[in-house]
Amino acid sequence: MISPAHYVALAVILFVIGGVGVLVRRNAMVIFMCVELMLNAVNLAFVAFSRLHGNLDGQVIAFFVMVVAASEVVVGLAILTSIYRTRKSASVDDANLLKY
Amino acid sequence: MTHSVVLAEGAAAATQTVAFWVLAIASVGAALAMVLARKAVHCAVLLAVVMLALAVLYAMQGAPFLAFVQVIVYTGAVLMLFLFVLMIVGVSSTDSITETIKGQRLWAGLAGIGLLVLLSLIVGQAVIGPAAPGGPNFGATNVNGLATLIFTTYVFPFEVTSALLITAALGAMVLAHRERISPKPTQRDLSIRRMTGGRPAPLPGPGTYARHNAVDMPARLPDGTAARQSVSAILGVRTESGAAAISGPAGAGPGEEPPAGHRGDAGGQEEQ
Repeated sequence: MISPAHYVALAVILFVIGGVGVLVRRNAMVIFMCVELMLNAVNLAFVAFSRLHGNLDGQVIAFFVMVVAASEVVVGLAILTSIYRTRKSASVDDANLLKY
Repeated sequence: MTHSVVLAEGAAAATQTVAFWVLAIASVGAALAMVLARKAVHCAVLLAVVMLALAVLYAMQGAPFLAFVQVIVYTGAVLMLFLFVLMIVGVSSTDSITETIKGQRLWAGLAGIGLLVLLSLIVGQAVIGPAAPGGPNFGATNVNGLATLIFTTYVFPFEVTSALLITAALGAMVLAHRERISPKPTQRDLSIRRMTGGRPAPLPGPGTYARHNAVDMPARLPDGTAARQSVSAILGVRTESGAAAISGPAGAGPGEEPPAGHRGDAGGQEEQ
């Protein structure tokens, strides 16, 4: 029988994979995708806890997380295109004007 | 009667177990492949796999509304936005392999393992019991229950969310907007540029009078030489034969040997 603990464990694994991806990758697009993966993992944990407690508050929070993630992606990708337009690169190593 | 109900419940539990393990393995595998894949497009497709698997997991946990929102918002809108921006930013943009920070991958891996251990200990410490009896809120009236919560308890966060969405839309418009720094060329400007540009006629099409009419096959000029301008420069860079045909000496003369691996027709090679 699958208990909410299984879902939480899966959420932990996905969150860690996304976090490692954010640290390792240097293409800004892929970093965004890894952030989305982390948000999705947290959503899975919210839904699992909602099922655990038998009320719907966790699902409402997951819904709000989805809204915030969608607006974050929109603004982030707009920033990315404007950086690409000026620097001709999507790598986070090339956006280093504020370094030092 | 009771016996069959128990059997059906057992079968449902077994189905759920199998579905969970299949989806868990698929999503973790796709997530790992996403981190390891070198091309950004592959990453986007693998992320779609993870998100669809998570949608099914939501549905299995009695959240059909969130499952559909996951499919519509994430795989439908967010990932399509990712793919559109990938088309602008460059599909072929791959990560460089060289490390700019020394030992970055090693320390990132160690940090990941540390985070995994930490979270596992936290989750292991917590007592996560079996699921509470869900009731109709986790099935037929899931949407009604969510709507009641959103428009009563969470009505203020919901209104703040609308402000956030408007701000995000405005921000995207401002950030993606590009000011024109030179005046827009009129039709008169364009025609003057064309007439004074040295080539008033359109460029020759590829494959004309050549052995076949593939897009990477340069056209033949009246003297049998290859018209280099007839092949798109991008194709010349991409395809081996096109590159050979274009970067070779201008118009390999008739009787010259074609480069090895060329598909023939490097200049009048036809057997007479």
